[in-house]
Amino acid sequence: MFEYLWQLEPLWKVVEISVMISLLIPIAATLVWVERRMIGIWQDRYGPNRVGPFGILQPLADLLKILGKEDWVPPFSDRLVFVLAPIIGAVCVLMSFAVVPFSPSIGVSDLNIGLLFFLAMASLAVYSVVLAGWASNSKYAMLGGMRAAAQTVSYEVFMGLSVMGVVLLTGTFNLREIVLAQTDGWLIQTQFVGFFVFLIAGIAESHRLPFDLPEAETELTAGFHTEYSGLKFALFFLSEYLGVTLISAMSVVLFFGGWLMPEPLASWLPPLFWFILKISFFVMFFILLRTSLPRPRFDQLLSFGWLVMLPLALLNLLVTALLRLGGII
Amino acid sequence: MVEVDLSLSKDWQMSSPIAIIDEITAVAHDLKLSPVTAIENIVDDIPTFWVDKSQLSALMQVVRFDLAQPFEMCFDLCAIDETERQHKASHVSDFTVSYHLRSYDRNLDVRIKVALNKTDKKLASVCRFWVNANWYEREIWDMFGIVFDGHPYLCRILMPNTWEGHPLLKTHPARATEMEPFTLPPDQQDIEQKALQFDPEVWGMKRKNKNTDFMFLNLGPNHPSVHGAFRIVLQMDGEEIVDCVPDIGYHHRGAEKMGERQSWHSYIPYTDRIDYLGGVMNNFPYVMAVEKLAGIVVPDRAKVIRIMTAEMFRILSHLLFYGTFAQDIGALSPIFYMFIDREKLFGIIEAFTGARMHPSWFRIGGVAQDLPKGWDTLVRDYVNYLPKRLDEYEKMVMQNSLIKKRSVDVGAYTTQEAIDWGVTGPGLRATGFSWDLRKQRPYGGYDQFDFEVPLGHKGDCYDRCRVRVEEMRQSIRIIEQCLNNMPEGPYKAEHPQTTPPDKARTMKDIDTLIPHFVNVSWGPVIPAGEVAMFVEATKGIMGYHLISDGSTMSYRTRIRTPSFAHLQMLPLISKGQMVADLIATLGSVDYVMADVDR
Repeated sequence: MFEYLWQLEPLWKVVEISVMISLLIPIAATLVWVERRMIGIWQDRYGPNRVGPFGILQPLADLLKILGKEDWVPPFSDRLVFVLAPIIGAVCVLMSFAVVPFSPSIGVSDLNIGLLFFLAMASLAVYSVVLAGWASNSKYAMLGGMRAAAQTVSYEVFMGLSVMGVVLLTGTFNLREIVLAQTDGWLIQTQFVGFFVFLIAGIAESHRLPFDLPEAETELTAGFHTEYSGLKFALFFLSEYLGVTLISAMSVVLFFGGWLMPEPLASWLPPLFWFILKISFFVMFFILLRTSLPRPRFDQLLSFGWLVMLPLALLNLLVTALLRLGGII
Repeated sequence: MVEVDLSLSKDWQMSSPIAIIDEITAVAHDLKLSPVTAIENIVDDIPTFWVDKSQLSALMQVVRFDLAQPFEMCFDLCAIDETERQHKASHVSDFTVSYHLRSYDRNLDVRIKVALNKTDKKLASVCRFWVNANWYEREIWDMFGIVFDGHPYLCRILMPNTWEGHPLLKTHPARATEMEPFTLPPDQQDIEQKALQFDPEVWGMKRKNKNTDFMFLNLGPNHPSVHGAFRIVLQMDGEEIVDCVPDIGYHHRGAEKMGERQSWHSYIPYTDRIDYLGGVMNNFPYVMAVEKLAGIVVPDRAKVIRIMTAEMFRILSHLLFYGTFAQDIGALSPIFYMFIDREKLFGIIEAFTGARMHPSWFRIGGVAQDLPKGWDTLVRDYVNYLPKRLDEYEKMVMQNSLIKKRSVDVGAYTTQEAIDWGVTGPGLRATGFSWDLRKQRPYGGYDQFDFEVPLGHKGDCYDRCRVRVEEMRQSIRIIEQCLNNMPEGPYKAEHPQTTPPDKARTMKDIDTLIPHFVNVSWGPVIPAGEVAMFVEATKGIMGYHLISDGSTMSYRTRIRTPSFAHLQMLPLISKGQMVADLIATLGSVDYVMADVDR
């Protein structure tokens, strides 16, 4: 009877995917609470601490509130696109998680071109913001959408270039193999510049302060999601927080050895936990950034990208290639 | 430790009230200027004279350009409906328009008055002499229906476009009970909303040029960064601002009209809410003006208490500015730390006055109460606490390279532009022009205190912030001197017209009981006359121009607020900026809409 087990494999994948989605979404929701609580602490105040112990049930309360809101589509908007935009965003981020290797045994897909898949999904996610800005047919939303388009298109370039060093050194686009290639030492040792560019581009991709220009609430009220409310607004929020998690996960996978840890530490906790710990570290970093930095101006952001980030990424790639050719690394 | 002796204190007085008339007539012989008469009883010593309306333009030409040291700033412009005035001179007609001009070179103000008949409410506009007369003339038209010939675009400014009548006319009802109940049926609502729609052509703006269609963005009246109900319509090419039209009046409460139906005493709480971040700083010019009219001399202790609390409110206001400015640029955290500092200081204010933001604590003749026991410990703790916090913010905000990038050379104007547009306060000092009313024209005992006037040099957003930060340190210095030199003595003058009147002997003799009863129930009767008093408030120079007709209420209350002038110059500084720069500029100007609209 065992020869038919292979037929169950697709079923097993479906289970894995559903488990992952049903975990990721609550995680993203909890992240909202974590962020508000951490920012509160860093700003010498409490943050949400009423619902449940330490306010941990706040996401649930938020969810209930958001479900109870009127699902309003402005009459002046392009209805179909307006509804589609937040879905595109959430789907793209969730799809990217498919290629993330969580631990030696967990991971939806070991796609050969995992890294490229991630980059492609990140590019597609721009449509969410741009279409939202366009379909809202409101001026603030359009300005936000315009900013998002310019910002994401430029930072995508550096993001792609920054990880090429990793690909050069590991010789693969498969994320699981990239992690395994770091068994002897994390890539951050040689790819520090690449990591720096990747992280900044990642913040820009996820529209977080200091790169939150598409929504810049002090300038554009709420930018691209000005007209959104209820569940559709929640979807934008969800994709933002999933985006934060994704960028953190990718930083860990590409530069910090994924689930790998040096030996004395590795045996203390299962690999999955190490992976989660590392991700949490970066997520906290994202939150801390938000509390501490002001926002650059739109043109300053773009010129910083093209004048600093692009040369850095290129230089990194060039030096890596040279060193590789010389057999030094 | 600095010794402060208030008994040596002397308020600043203008020199040569008559000489200026001679100087003007020496330049232009055919000008007929008549000096004020005794019946007008103008008790501030601002040189004042009347001119016939036919000669107004000629006089303004002389005053603005032909004099050796011209009056380069139009400080204030107001009108008075004289139709119900009892004590008026023979040359006063139905309306008076009063021009308050200032020369910084002379450190002299001058007040020019023009009488208007109600059958001919027309006057030549002075916009070509002072650009900032624009809004003031619009306000006068809005409030009194006086038409200014040659004004670029005379329209409503504080009242809605659909308003009928001119509110500051004595014939206009002052109480809701004098009017029909307010209703807003749907069709009327549609009309009101239509009236709010922006029509670029009316403002002489084009919808497109050869290459681009402009976007008209309606920023406000509700927007996170306009700090109140303020609307600014932007004409944009992409994200660059081509032109803009500020639209105010959404916060108009008719504070000046209220002054005409509140007793001299009961108007004090209204003043608190003019610049609602300024607290007692707003009471200051008002009570000084009433005291000047009534001839009340404030005891030294009250003077020092006033200065101390006023400086506390300067810190409170500047701290809020500091935080919101950083927040407008996108830094989320500083405001929370600064609110903690404000909270501590509000605690002290509360211990003194029982209230926090709007204590209404100054009284005609002094302050409401003596300081509570142990006040000095509270204040000393704070004086030791704040400078350390300011040092932290220095690193967090002022040294932050992103903040510098966003604010250095952004929204800059020169000293000349600032004077042309009537800018006062930190906004003027940020351009490098050292002019602080507390130094140049000391009032209320400030001349005895040792402090410096912080200056910027570029007049950009960063400098405006920098000046305010340093002013907080100077305020701390002043508060410390108050703390160490608090004189003993009464906290309110012994004078029948102080409020509330002295009660100590009311139950012993009838001669005290009657004035007490009358002054409490009706309020004091202030002698007929006119006065304008100014203070260096948190945002610039704020002042009250009061006219008393010898009654328990003011005949005309004119409030000169700094923010009004500051907002008017926005189109000048915002042209060519990006939207984000405009937000930084708005933050750095530090206006309060209640202060603008009154």
